[in-house]
Amino acid sequence: MHSLNPARDIERISGINARRCMHCGKCSASCPAFHEMDIHPHQVAGMVADGDIEGLANCKTLWRCLSCFACVERCPRDVQPANLIEAVRLWQIRRSGENHMHPQDIPEMLDDELPQQAIVSAMRKYAK
Amino acid sequence: MHRIGVFVCWCGSNIAAIVDVKAVAEALGKEPGVVFSMDYQYMCSEGGQGAIRAAIKEHELTGIVVASCSPRMHENTFRKAAAAAGLNPFLVEIANIREQCSWIHRDKTDATEKALILGRAAIAKLMLNTPLQAGESKVVKRALVIGGGIAGLQTALDIADAGFKVDVVERKPTIGGKMAQLDKTFPTLDCAACILTPKMVEAAQHENITLHTYSQVEAVSGFVGNFTATIRKKARYVDEKACTGCGDCMAKCPSKKAKSEFDQGLKNRPAIYIPFAQAIPNVPVIDTTECIKFKTGKCGICQKICQAKAVDYEQQDTVFKESYGAIIVATGFDTMSPDKYGEFHYEEYPDVITSLEFERLCNAAGPTGGHLVRPSDHKEPKKVVFVQCVGSRNGGDCDGKTYCSKICCMYTAKHAMLTREKYPDSEVYVFYIDVRTPGKNFDEFQRRAIEQYDVHYIKGMVGQVEQNGDTLTVQASDLLNDKQIILDADLVVLAMAVQPEEGARAIGTMLTASMDTNDFFTEAHPKLRPVESPTAGIFLSGLCQGPKDIPETVAQAGAAASKAIGLLAKDHLVTNPCVAGSSNSLCNGCSMCENVCPYGAIGYEDQQVVRDGKRVMARQAVVNEAVCQGCGACTVTCPSGAMDLKGFSTRQILAEVDAICR
Repeated sequence: MHSLNPARDIERISGINARRCMHCGKCSASCPAFHEMDIHPHQVAGMVADGDIEGLANCKTLWRCLSCFACVERCPRDVQPANLIEAVRLWQIRRSGENHMHPQDIPEMLDDELPQQAIVSAMRKYAK
Repeated sequence: MHRIGVFVCWCGSNIAAIVDVKAVAEALGKEPGVVFSMDYQYMCSEGGQGAIRAAIKEHELTGIVVASCSPRMHENTFRKAAAAAGLNPFLVEIANIREQCSWIHRDKTDATEKALILGRAAIAKLMLNTPLQAGESKVVKRALVIGGGIAGLQTALDIADAGFKVDVVERKPTIGGKMAQLDKTFPTLDCAACILTPKMVEAAQHENITLHTYSQVEAVSGFVGNFTATIRKKARYVDEKACTGCGDCMAKCPSKKAKSEFDQGLKNRPAIYIPFAQAIPNVPVIDTTECIKFKTGKCGICQKICQAKAVDYEQQDTVFKESYGAIIVATGFDTMSPDKYGEFHYEEYPDVITSLEFERLCNAAGPTGGHLVRPSDHKEPKKVVFVQCVGSRNGGDCDGKTYCSKICCMYTAKHAMLTREKYPDSEVYVFYIDVRTPGKNFDEFQRRAIEQYDVHYIKGMVGQVEQNGDTLTVQASDLLNDKQIILDADLVVLAMAVQPEEGARAIGTMLTASMDTNDFFTEAHPKLRPVESPTAGIFLSGLCQGPKDIPETVAQAGAAASKAIGLLAKDHLVTNPCVAGSSNSLCNGCSMCENVCPYGAIGYEDQQVVRDGKRVMARQAVVNEAVCQGCGACTVTCPSGAMDLKGFSTRQILAEVDAICR
């Protein structure tokens, strides 16, 4: 749930201390969606470290990140920018309040095409 | 009858701000056996020591407790003060009320109570102290230097010049180390070989220096002033005395497929080889994994053509022992392999190289004769990209190095300038995170690369390198302009993190010298004793202690030498009398203490003992007091309680525990 401290929320959701970032730019150098983004991966890390989560809430980047994890793989400080973006995404979704999922809703969503893993991930994202 | 004096130190406000020192002094003064007690602002000052001396004489004290800082800090100071007043120095006990009390507590009542308890424990122990006499041990006037690079050579030369014998043991077939592989040196751009090789020759010709190349230290025993090292001199299969170094064998050797270690694999070498032209000794060595004679039994060409009859396929390793007073570790460094950084494709793309390979490609004695070309097609590179900090400054769970490798900013600036000098029409890019250039004339050097050599410094990192036809497509970030950029480069050079030489950990274990988690040797004090290991008699020289450049290495090598000379100049060392001793009425000769002793100080002999009222011969543990370091491992291992440590007997420790629990 949301606290009054968005920076703490992001740290709790992602499990990452973004202040580890040394601003080397390896993430932005690796990102295949760099040109689609308004705020670039290294800036995301910087803004999370500075606690400016509101500034990220409505940016395009959240929905342009492909979650390819190139930045996570190559980041020399283990800052995992893609996971920070994912955390901000979740934070934003949960804040909007309409995307909660309850176990009782699941049976009617099931069909043969839907991979089981999608349900597990959906539960993980939306059931908190 | 005990007459104990208690001295409580304020240590300025270090102790007095948290501990009520007056209350502690007053309460301890009422303990049984205590006849005098006082507190003082700085017990370690001349005034404080004077008060101790005066009190010992005036009150005829039989022992003193100083409640102050850690015994590591001033135990020796107070022992000397006691000795000056005629009291045996081992009748001094320290109650540590600073590091173990005032520095770690915030509540004054709790801290005062704890200080009191620590004082009582020290008094209880002191009641059982006995006067001990320090012995003497001889100092062997010979030093062992492990490693024959610039650090080891400088240390050896300085010790040898002071008149002491030095043995240098080098694992590789030649001395010279990493510096011999370098082309130019920053910040003056003078040639590395021109300044190193005279030192190599000087070491080789010095009457006090013996070089053991292609050799390894296999075991070390003993203690400060009297170490014994077992050294294995590996078989070269060439007689060092007979060989004239003519090089005919190398020229005729039919096996030429081995990669030259000295040239970083950029060139092949024969199976019988001298690493480089100025190698010392100038004697080849046979690489038995490549030699056709050793692999198949056929060939033997080198032996046939050697006019000096120096090639000997039957030569064996020789192992010898030598005694040393001091040991200097100068094992040096290596660079990390770029393998784990898949985005650079180092293994696949020949034109992605490391900085050390770049050195060899620039060097006139290197694989290309100093003609800087790409390894793939031998074309001159016109667009060169340098990437700094690869593997350095890693954090979190990343498996690189956590430290800054310190030398890369400077040598990359050097490489960038050398490239621009060789090819004025070239474009050179350096991708950096921070440029770190503290050092005399260092920042000026790096600025010159930008201002006069027109090198493009871009703040950002390279994300990936992809081969595209005969160019390398480099995708990188330009953080100051918030851009992602693509460059087509001919050559990509990676500044890999430095790390301690592979065998350093084994050497550290052998010497019982402590190391940090990165396998760098730990210094006795990070500021005040930077060239000594915490293990007495072991000194540290060069990069084995942490990243450093050549000027720093040479300075540290000299400092390590002067510390070693200070030790070797003494004829005798005072030994610690707090050693183990076995009671032969209790010892059952089980050998458990011998097995745990890290110094090899315990042996056994048959002695006459009284058992059940009869005199019988029995196997008894005997401690060599000169070798024992008083670690106490045997005392806690002994199942029958026969082993005890002088000054730290089981009774004394239990008396302390009783006093704490009272």
